[in-house]
Amino acid sequence: MTHSAPRHRIARASRLARAAGILLAALLAAGAPAGAVEPNEMLDDPALEARAREVSKGLRCVVCQNESIDESNAEMARDMRVLVRDRILAGDSNAEVEQYLVDRYGDYVLLKPPFKPTTYVLWFGPALILLGGAVAAVAYYRRKATGPAGPAPLSPDEEARLHALIGDDEAGPGAGTRTGRDQGGSA
Amino acid sequence: MTRKLVYFLPLLVVAVLLGFFIVGLQRDPRELPSVLLDQPVPEFALPGLPGREPPLTEKADLQGEVVLLNFFGSWCAACLQEHPVLQRIQDEGLVPVHGIAFKDQPDDTLRWLKRHGDPYDRIGYDTTNRIAIEFGITGAPETFVIDKAGVIRHKQIGPITDRIWAETLRPLIEDLNEG
Amino acid sequence: MIPEIGHFALVLGLFVALVQSVVPLVGAQRGNLAMMEVARPASVALFLTIGVAFVALTHSFLVSDFSVSNVYMNSHTDKPLLYKITGVWGNHEGSLLLWILILAVFSLAVAVFGRNLPPMLRARALAVQAMITVGFLLFILFTSNPFERIDPAPLNGRGLNPLLQDPGLAFHPPMLYMGYVGFSMAFSFAIAALIEGRVDAAWARWVRPWTLLAWIFLTLGIALGSWWAYYELGWGGWWYWDPVENASFIPWLSGTALLHSAIVVEKRDTLKSWTILLAIITFSLSLLGTFLVRSGVLTSVHAFATDPTRGVFILLLLAVAVVGSLSLYAWRAPQLKGGGVFAPVSREGTLLLNNVLLSTAAATVLLGTLYPLFADALNLGKVSVGPPFFNAVFVPLMIPMIVVMALGPMLAWKRGDALGAAKRLWLALVAAAAVFAATYVVAGGAWTDVGAAFGMGLGAWLLVATGVEWAERVQLFRTSPANSLKRAVGLPRAAYGMSLAHAGTALLVMGIVGNTAWKAESIQVMAPGDVVEIGGHSYLFEGAETVDGPNYAASRGHFILRDEDGTALARLDPEKRQYTSPPQTTTEAAIHSDGITDYYAVIGDPSPDQGPGAYVTRFYHEPFVPLLWYGALLMGLGGVVSLTDRRHRVGAPTRARARGAAASAGGAVAPTGASARV
Repeated sequence: MTHSAPRHRIARASRLARAAGILLAALLAAGAPAGAVEPNEMLDDPALEARAREVSKGLRCVVCQNESIDESNAEMARDMRVLVRDRILAGDSNAEVEQYLVDRYGDYVLLKPPFKPTTYVLWFGPALILLGGAVAAVAYYRRKATGPAGPAPLSPDEEARLHALIGDDEAGPGAGTRTGRDQGGSA
Repeated sequence: MTRKLVYFLPLLVVAVLLGFFIVGLQRDPRELPSVLLDQPVPEFALPGLPGREPPLTEKADLQGEVVLLNFFGSWCAACLQEHPVLQRIQDEGLVPVHGIAFKDQPDDTLRWLKRHGDPYDRIGYDTTNRIAIEFGITGAPETFVIDKAGVIRHKQIGPITDRIWAETLRPLIEDLNEG
Repeated sequence: MIPEIGHFALVLGLFVALVQSVVPLVGAQRGNLAMMEVARPASVALFLTIGVAFVALTHSFLVSDFSVSNVYMNSHTDKPLLYKITGVWGNHEGSLLLWILILAVFSLAVAVFGRNLPPMLRARALAVQAMITVGFLLFILFTSNPFERIDPAPLNGRGLNPLLQDPGLAFHPPMLYMGYVGFSMAFSFAIAALIEGRVDAAWARWVRPWTLLAWIFLTLGIALGSWWAYYELGWGGWWYWDPVENASFIPWLSGTALLHSAIVVEKRDTLKSWTILLAIITFSLSLLGTFLVRSGVLTSVHAFATDPTRGVFILLLLAVAVVGSLSLYAWRAPQLKGGGVFAPVSREGTLLLNNVLLSTAAATVLLGTLYPLFADALNLGKVSVGPPFFNAVFVPLMIPMIVVMALGPMLAWKRGDALGAAKRLWLALVAAAAVFAATYVVAGGAWTDVGAAFGMGLGAWLLVATGVEWAERVQLFRTSPANSLKRAVGLPRAAYGMSLAHAGTALLVMGIVGNTAWKAESIQVMAPGDVVEIGGHSYLFEGAETVDGPNYAASRGHFILRDEDGTALARLDPEKRQYTSPPQTTTEAAIHSDGITDYYAVIGDPSPDQGPGAYVTRFYHEPFVPLLWYGALLMGLGGVVSLTDRRHRVGAPTRARARGAAASAGGAVAPTGASARV
């Protein structure tokens, strides 16, 4: 161990996790989770508390793995939750609370990555992929529309074998339209 | 011909992905570089350990000279490993070593220092993680190099070893002392 | 002695697998039938060797042989029998052995039931399957030997993590592996087809049952994991977009796409090179998932056995498999000629759209999962990609998907009539509008309820449309009831499978939307006698006591759940357990379900400063969560029903033929086949 998280239990839990090693051996890094927020952390004003929950859900617990501070039982997460509530009580807006932590931990602390040049690929990626898929589909239809003549018909032998294999009420995809061995003959 | 090239596209994508994985395997996804580099030390207010002098209570205590600020705690196993190195740095006298014990009770800290030796000049403490969050750290030990103007110039994550001291920290501090 | 036998069996298995991956391939190339036929006895032998190894490891767990390091690390004499057995795969080494065993079982199944396959295709597919097995056997033998001994043997083991001592999670990994590994069959068949240079309807027909089988297991495996997380982790969540979850979800998405594109290959003999690519990609994504989970390149909430040498080894395995197969693809796929032409608005057209959307979704989840790695490798800084990102990009992709899912089955092959189909779906449209309006009003009519109401309407649209499609097939109300019944009986199982799976998806959508929008929670300290109201229901805290379990101590709370009228609905007795070996706390939530809504109670730590007998308590009002489980079960059931379709049956071709003749004589109409001939 080169760097301890500020709690004994975390080190132990991660060792357990190594031993346990199962998909969904979830949330071990923080011990057994059970809803993290404790009543004694909560603000009396329900509106402010609701804001605190909302902000907490978007902040990453920095000693855990991919959990928000709202879900994590790690002490660090607890102290960050308390900090969030203190900032809110001090009059910070939600964005100001987030900025406070970003100033100290960087974008890493945000579960929703900010929209900026280094994340353009991430945010535009899905749309670009979809566009690529759409272009490919359109190209496919165009090619088909002007495509070459239909493929070579089956040899009688192949025909018979296909029928033997599928052979039932359906002639499969229409006997005439299926491909035989590739026509290039390089096979 | 271009149509045939389309069939190489998946291979290309996968090659790029594999490249990333090779790089990724050599990195520790949990290591978090500090965003406070070249930023002034945040303001803070801490108590000193009862019965131990001098205390580290505020930002002003760190200013005017190049210092090492070490975050530790009696709960931290890796700090123990770093402990003799810190003692040697202190003995060398090049730079003052200040400490902040966090997520720790003062009694535990004092007992720990008594048992393993006390390499620190000033010490402040926090029974919570608040001071750690203030400095954007995720665990212990972590050590900051702070220049005369109170600006953070370097952060060491994990224990300082003799090698890190000799190859990275000492040259940096000597530079800063001259500047 | 027995562990050594197991170890030896693995080594032996490696040699068998090597033979199986070379000889049949050479035989197929030379047209040597005897060499090709080696694949079948080899598959049997491979299964036997791996089976022996697996039994040997299970034996070590059963007798608690702590001289085996793996048993020492993961078991304990006090552990209940069930968890001694599931402990076999509750760790990295053992789960890998299970993975290989499943690979061997699939090979065996092809060898035994694949008598109707052309010998050449079978030989090649089995050889490819054996190559994958070789890779994994090398991996286990060189980096993760499950039979490693420790000397001296410890007196007792470290125990299995109590979170994993749960029936839900005990069977989650085997299900997932059946899914992952099942996709290896589609992969092997794809490679065999590429070598052969030929993909046709018959190929698709052989591949589909294997893909379907894998898909069923993966679907249920993911659902099981989600269900476990929901009731065991104690805060009422069921999906986290965690890297490890994504690692199983991405192959699910592409596997679902494969399932649908294979239909087009089978019915219309087109989209072939794309389907081959999907088959390769789906299995590659399964391998990628393994790599991500076990190499530690991504941080995940699911701390797993991470080890750099293992990471390097799996990466190597992944690289060989993916680069090899995609190179072959780049070389051979251009020679695969497509067949049937179809219009964008047609059954095939919607299936293609389904593929575009599902592939985009898979790529999107992959992008989000890997982006922290990309950013770090390019020194763009550390970023986190969490649920807010995934929800923001995934949901918009699913909306058109659901809309079209309802239309697709209504369209004819080749060229469909979208307007006509939409008209025939008027009932679904009305239902969707009604559900939208009703939900919106009931929810309170706020701006923020529009999205949720729309989502519920979307679910209703798909559900009713699926019903309408079935009603049309059996000509419900358009012909005599007797005739409709006859048609209903005569419908192919595959048609029922589709209807069930699509209806399941509709329920899933409603469950996800409804729960996300209207979930409520309440966290507080309660003294005995206190009442908390949430979601119109009240929870009375009667107090808590300490109880002892077989290998844990627990505090157990007692609550009475009442509805709006004050009628008691259920007693809820959640526990907080402290296990001793290994020492860990778990939460056992108490859940009362009325079939639509779950009432979920959790007991926390005692809080004596708030009064005698006071405890921290949490309640979650979980509307529509049961729909998630119904939906997933229906999807799985749809898969199973479809699998039993005569045309999908993998074995006994002669019997199938005989019955096929009988069925045609009986006038059964295979709707898809029928329209294919249009």
